[in-house]
Amino acid sequence: MTREAVRAGLFTASGLIGGACGRCGRRHFPHAVPCPWCGSDDVTTVTLSSQGSLWGWTVVTAAPPGYDGPVPYGFGVVELADDGLHVVTRLAGDAADYTPGRAVRFTVVPLGGDVDTWAFEPA
Amino acid sequence: MTGIRISGVGMHPFGRHGDRSATDMGVHAVRAALTEAGIERGGFQAAFCGTAYGGVASGHRVLGALGLTGGPIVDIEAGCASGAAALALAAGAIAAGQYDTVLVFGVEKMPKGVIRSSFFAPWQEAAGFTPAPAYFALRAQQLMRHSGATKHDLAAVVVKNRRHGAANPDAMFQAAVTADEVLASRVVCDPLHLWMLCSPNEGAAAVVLQAGDGAVQLRAAVLRSHQPGYVLNEGTPMCGLIGAEPPTPSRTAADAAYAQAGVGPGDLHVVECQDTDAARELLAYEELRLCPDGASPGLVRDGATALGGRLPVNPSGGLLSKGEPLGASALGQVVELVHQLRGDAGARQVEGARVALAHTVGRGANASAVILTR
Repeated sequence: MTREAVRAGLFTASGLIGGACGRCGRRHFPHAVPCPWCGSDDVTTVTLSSQGSLWGWTVVTAAPPGYDGPVPYGFGVVELADDGLHVVTRLAGDAADYTPGRAVRFTVVPLGGDVDTWAFEPA
Repeated sequence: MTGIRISGVGMHPFGRHGDRSATDMGVHAVRAALTEAGIERGGFQAAFCGTAYGGVASGHRVLGALGLTGGPIVDIEAGCASGAAALALAAGAIAAGQYDTVLVFGVEKMPKGVIRSSFFAPWQEAAGFTPAPAYFALRAQQLMRHSGATKHDLAAVVVKNRRHGAANPDAMFQAAVTADEVLASRVVCDPLHLWMLCSPNEGAAAVVLQAGDGAVQLRAAVLRSHQPGYVLNEGTPMCGLIGAEPPTPSRTAADAAYAQAGVGPGDLHVVECQDTDAARELLAYEELRLCPDGASPGLVRDGATALGGRLPVNPSGGLLSKGEPLGASALGQVVELVHQLRGDAGARQVEGARVALAHTVGRGANASAVILTR
């Protein structure tokens, strides 16, 4: 069965697909033109770092409207220092292992049916 | 510049009202406000209606039911600040001399549970990026980290506001609760328990603004949106820049309102603020400069912000007691503060209140700060 991403252009098997702005020099996610920080159209596509650290987290215990995936699920913010970014993300693995600053890595997780999304999990 | 007075207010209780439509509730609130102001057909030149979920021509439906159409009627959507945005536009039009009298009202009838919003892209819904309580929880954790706030402090905010709400006949919840009960309610998104979150609900509120001086003056009504950069700003971005913490829209709105009104946070006698969740109220203390950054837990620990304290916050019971009908919410705060300034707030009266501030923040992000004086 062919797996499908929850939306094309968000990630590959190796990491999140972001944008790098040629004018302000900053990165962003998801990839967007114009640059959400400065409005420039000079944006190139980059794969963001697959390694980061955990900055904040919680657990979503009830499905939000429009969501049919598994519940509960980890939810938080990871710091991708090499990219200068904080990224909002699902978190995989055991919530008991989440600690501030803990090393995390990019992974692809099933959302239900043949649809995948991404998450970060303890490295 | 001419002054702006509030000559009438009206409110339909916030809660769950069965088959009662947003229009019905709006009619109730508008009629009460116009009656207080002594205004009939032809007595106001424009109407602004705050609503987020009401649909096309919500304001027209309310005024149509009352036979009060003919002038301009404009619906205003600014998330949780919708009612305040309507107020700000009305005040600006009066200050500019365009109108003498403007009717401002807000209506909402929302489904139960976590609010579904057209704000998000379909893939964000499908991938689980829309749970508002999760974003609230992440903000609450940052607050706890920088201020030392504990879960008990969050529970204390709920206990305070629910105690206040017990004296408010327009509130959805009119029963006091204990900290143990709050902490025994289920965890929605750690550290937030169910009773630390407000309920989206139904209701309406209305305010009549007029040029000139009266018992209650509107001194500032300011709206601000978020500046880009911070990952947890209320615009709910997918990413932020490491190290970027621009001033929040609540702070920039409050600072602008203080400057416009010529008052400072030390001059306030009573505040209504956005307590969508218990941590949000503590954040507001800091953003509105009611205390230094990081000192917000102290205000609830020493009772400063309870009725009888030195600066009561949310004497109405706040959103934690009233619930949050988006379009009406900010005007509900204004209705409460007008009663406080008139001295007719009954059992929840803040004695001698002369300077009052109302604050909202939510989707967009938009934040508002409104300053009223007696």
